[in-house]
Amino acid sequence: MSFEAAYSGIGRLDRLSYGNTVVHRLDPRAKVVATMAFAVVVVSFPRYEVLSLLPFFLFPVLIGALADIPAGFIARKVVAVSPFAIFIGMFNPLFDPATVAIAPGVSISAGWFSFASILVKFALTISAALLLIATTSFPGICRGLRRLGLPALFVSQLLFLYRYLFVLLEEAMRVVRARDMRSFGNRGAGVRVFVRIVGTLFLRTVERAERIYGAMLARGFRGELPSMRREALRPADAVFVLATGCFIALCRVIPVPQAIGRLLGGVAG
Amino acid sequence: MHMADALLSPAVGAAFWAGTIGTIGYASKKLKTHLDDRKIPLMGVLGAFIFASQMINFTIPGTGSSGHLGGGMILAVLLGPHAAFLVMSSVLTVQALFFADGGLLALGCNIWNLGIYPCYIAFPLVYRPLAGDGRSPRRLFSASMAGAIVGLQMGAASVVLETVLSGKTGLPLGTFLLMMQPIHLAIGIVEGFVTAGVIHYVREARPEILDRPGSSSPLAAGISFRNVIIGFLALAIVTGGALSWLASTRPDGLEWSIGKITGKGNLPEQEHGIPATLKSVQEKTAFLPEYGFKPPANEPKEKKEETPAWPAVDAGTSVSGLVGGGVVLALAFGIGWIIRALRRRSAP
Repeated sequence: MSFEAAYSGIGRLDRLSYGNTVVHRLDPRAKVVATMAFAVVVVSFPRYEVLSLLPFFLFPVLIGALADIPAGFIARKVVAVSPFAIFIGMFNPLFDPATVAIAPGVSISAGWFSFASILVKFALTISAALLLIATTSFPGICRGLRRLGLPALFVSQLLFLYRYLFVLLEEAMRVVRARDMRSFGNRGAGVRVFVRIVGTLFLRTVERAERIYGAMLARGFRGELPSMRREALRPADAVFVLATGCFIALCRVIPVPQAIGRLLGGVAG
Repeated sequence: MHMADALLSPAVGAAFWAGTIGTIGYASKKLKTHLDDRKIPLMGVLGAFIFASQMINFTIPGTGSSGHLGGGMILAVLLGPHAAFLVMSSVLTVQALFFADGGLLALGCNIWNLGIYPCYIAFPLVYRPLAGDGRSPRRLFSASMAGAIVGLQMGAASVVLETVLSGKTGLPLGTFLLMMQPIHLAIGIVEGFVTAGVIHYVREARPEILDRPGSSSPLAAGISFRNVIIGFLALAIVTGGALSWLASTRPDGLEWSIGKITGKGNLPEQEHGIPATLKSVQEKTAFLPEYGFKPPANEPKEKKEETPAWPAVDAGTSVSGLVGGGVVLALAFGIGWIIRALRRRSAP
């Protein structure tokens, strides 16, 4: 991922999260809890399960559609981070060679099923997590986490990190551009120069932190970041969590695709 | 080396989440008593700093490849272990959310692998004894190098452990370790160079940052070895619990043989890490036994404990499975498409 692409990627997710749709208006806590439950249930399937996972796609698809999140953007991000899962999973067909007959006369190694299972689970959990951030502003998530009981200091840390991320990324981008313009081609990308760059960036960071701290003191900072927003859970949040819960519990228990296939097969036959 | 959700079982994910949340609480509590609030903005900005510098690639000497900084060790030296751990956790959280590195369930593991080892093991037990008072550049260099390597090696081994415990891949433990450790040795060496270089650079340019009271030494002194041991003990117990769930495949085997004898193949449940409620509900779904989850007859007996049953080899079942899967996918994406189309129409 190139520096600029990564930077604009965060910016785009951030902009999307300030939309105003049914999904955006839900309480961050409801969305965090529902997404977490979704991830846990999806990964709780046995390693060879593929078919029963398919109904779960309804959750990210619905959220994405209701929240007007461009599907291509999410799909591209999922593909961009897939190499790790593929790298680990692609050995399954080799190390798990027990053959399985899938139809009369056709058999493949069992590992292909676990590989497919990993890929499906990966696509499901990652797209759910991306949609969470694309439909909930990051400060919103932080407030939700605070209300769910995370330590105030850690939540402040998250908020600060987010607040200065863009500032510092721009700073880093300037430094990198300067390096690239002076070092024709690849020269100057070695560890030695890198150390200098990081060192410079660090010093600039510290100086900035000192100025920020001064400015915050001047505005009455006393060690905690207050929030003006008062949030109460609304009926819509309860409905959302309940519906998600019922949906994932149902899909966990009943193998929907097999049932539908049977039904259709019965009708045809 | 970010763990991915898809490779985790819920039991292992939850165990590491518990360990991570506990450590975040512990670090926050420790910091509250030790920290002056001028460090809060500094920590936040340093998180952004680590984030930004992770995006600058450098070429790894000798190879054509490039790598980027991890940063756990640098943070520990500059901030002390507790603050460094919180900063690292926040960086990983933002990465998980914005870049989808790993996923939400795996975030607990990732914070554990990339935060605990450098901050709470490598820094107090390797870096500090080697660095001494930090005046000698040579000692500083060897301490940074050893600290970064040890931290990364432990993290890499931990990824292997989590994956194998979760039992989602067929990778044998030994092969997996052989894949992970050497590559992370190379990364660790570069990380060591960078850590040493940055600390040296900061020492030359702004020595007071490293010497500032309340910056690194008192916080580092505040870490108690006993607490580290207790934390690990707790993790061992939780993971042990998780392991025993995973290991309890014997009843399944039994169930399997019963199913084979009676001819009523029931889907053997090999994953016991799911919440008990879900499981008990699942047991009630035996009213759908005709979906043909029969174990293949030619499966060797030893294999049966790990391998769940397969759809019986019968064209009807395979076809109905494929048809059903296709219909479900089409329905899911079709509904999304329709909603989108309706919204478009009502928008203008």
